[in-house]
Amino acid sequence: MSSGYVARRIAVFFLIVWLAASLNFLLPHTANVNPVRQRLARLQAFGVASGVTATRASGEEKSLFEETVKTWERKFGLDQPLWKQYVRYMGDIARFDLGFSIVNFPASVLRMILQALPWTVMVIGLATIFSFILGSMLGALMVWRRDSTMLKVIGPPILALSAIPYYLLGIGLIFILAFTWQFFPLSGGYDYGTIPDVSWNFIRQAGHHAILPALSIVLAQIGFWGLHMRGMMVTVQEEDYMQLAEAKGLKGTRLFLRYAVRNAILPQATNLALTLGLIITQGVLVEVVFSYPGIGTLLFSAIRNLDFFVINGIVFIIVLSVGLATLIIDLLNPILDPRIRYQQA
Amino acid sequence: MNSAIRWTGQNRLLTAGLVIVIILLLISLIGPYLIDEQGTKIGYAMPDQGPGREFLLGTDTVGRQILPTIITGMPLTLRVGVIAGGLGLAIGVILGFVSGFYSGLPDLIIRGSADTLLTVPVLLLLVVVASTLTSALTVNMEALLLAGLTWMGPTRIIRSQVLSMRERAYVDVARASGANGFQIIFIELIPNLLPYIAVSFVGAVAQAILGSIGIEALGLGPQNENTLGMTIYWSLYHSSVVRGLWWWWAPPIIVIVLLFIGLFLMSAGLDRIANPRLRKIT
Repeated sequence: MSSGYVARRIAVFFLIVWLAASLNFLLPHTANVNPVRQRLARLQAFGVASGVTATRASGEEKSLFEETVKTWERKFGLDQPLWKQYVRYMGDIARFDLGFSIVNFPASVLRMILQALPWTVMVIGLATIFSFILGSMLGALMVWRRDSTMLKVIGPPILALSAIPYYLLGIGLIFILAFTWQFFPLSGGYDYGTIPDVSWNFIRQAGHHAILPALSIVLAQIGFWGLHMRGMMVTVQEEDYMQLAEAKGLKGTRLFLRYAVRNAILPQATNLALTLGLIITQGVLVEVVFSYPGIGTLLFSAIRNLDFFVINGIVFIIVLSVGLATLIIDLLNPILDPRIRYQQA
Repeated sequence: MNSAIRWTGQNRLLTAGLVIVIILLLISLIGPYLIDEQGTKIGYAMPDQGPGREFLLGTDTVGRQILPTIITGMPLTLRVGVIAGGLGLAIGVILGFVSGFYSGLPDLIIRGSADTLLTVPVLLLLVVVASTLTSALTVNMEALLLAGLTWMGPTRIIRSQVLSMRERAYVDVARASGANGFQIIFIELIPNLLPYIAVSFVGAVAQAILGSIGIEALGLGPQNENTLGMTIYWSLYHSSVVRGLWWWWAPPIIVIVLLFIGLFLMSAGLDRIANPRLRKIT
């Protein structure tokens, strides 16, 4: 791996992030969406916009509304020419300043995201890694022990589960395990009325709440990893080095782990990094279904409340994490697999 | 007749998948004529009624009947899947051929953009686009939107197959006998690619439906149409799970799960025809 390759790869990363940020900025503008106006119009519809009461004459009400919009636009810098807004936006992004939430003003978007992120990363990240390990083993064993009756019975249904979206499994799990049998809480990340802290009691509580969302992801993902692993194992098993290793009389477990799995797991590892980069979107709907206090629920409520700055901020964070994940894969792959050589064309 | 039975025995997965999907298709084709569409209107009946003699699958919180809502919703969801999947497949096949057959710069651009788009979270892109739309989304618009995001899979599958096929001897023979590029593509390559094209189509349809239900469940779908995803959204919106209204959230989920399992079995079965190596494992 040459230093030129590393430099080019990092340049591509910044290019992608810049493109995504620009798109993120331009899309709402070309669609002619005015976040402030939309938000205030909705507030006014509920009769709570500042200074506007339902009893006022409609003309006066309208001018007051326009005035409020103007003030807010000035506050968020939306009255400036487009290119100035763009330059400012890029500068802010570079400093990780994602602006303020319109709905929860003056809460900063970054703080809201940082509050939600640990929940998402812990539950969905751990569930993904767990299902990666289980699924890869299942897929590998389905090829290695293809005569095992147990695998023949449980294998295919688990693979088929991967076709079902996580959140639909989640709804089913809530109904059976939380609503009917009440083994687990119905929703949320911790008991209602507790304040999150670092105590044994709170961690136990959070764990109890995390089991169902994690389970719905694990159930659906095992099949995904299993399917891929099975395909890779079939290919690996026909390689010459497998025959040679077998002819040398190597023990079964060594043959399985060091020869077959070692080679079949490489593309899986690439996929794992990508999936971890996608953690946040993977979990959006699972979190919504469980009202889990992570990024997904934050995005959901931002969409519902037309809080464009929060939507923008979350989109940017996701693009950043996916970009970083692919960057790490591309830099790690030549180390994991010596056969990969990045040559300059 | 005998050969049909043998075919069914050899392709159990594909047959099972086809049966499920065809039953669902038939219900959504014939069903709307058998039910009273008035039942899908808000306020048609008493809200929150459980399944019973009067309303077969009960009613929801705003007084819609569940059964007609599901039956009129199924063709809408399937339409999104077929339009988006079909368009995505068409784009994918064309780009895959161009990319695989005429390597060089077009290949570089097509492969580059397909690979980049594949790493972009589809749901997120849909969220951004759908949340910036000022007008209400319609089912057809949703399908077009999704088609733009389902072509990458087919492009990659077709490209890699074309790359390996154009080196085969029968292509050389055709070329030597004076066939031009188009003749080679349509007479030699397409027939051999049919299993792959079928797999790609099933995959694209499944992905499109998955995406559509995803944005609909987030509340960004067509607000005025009762697709299956919108029914799930409204049932979540009115917290039907916690309120024990199982007849509201369960039917759309069961239909969707059946649909996905059917498509999954079909693609697994078609995969076996396309990649004979997989046939060795059950």
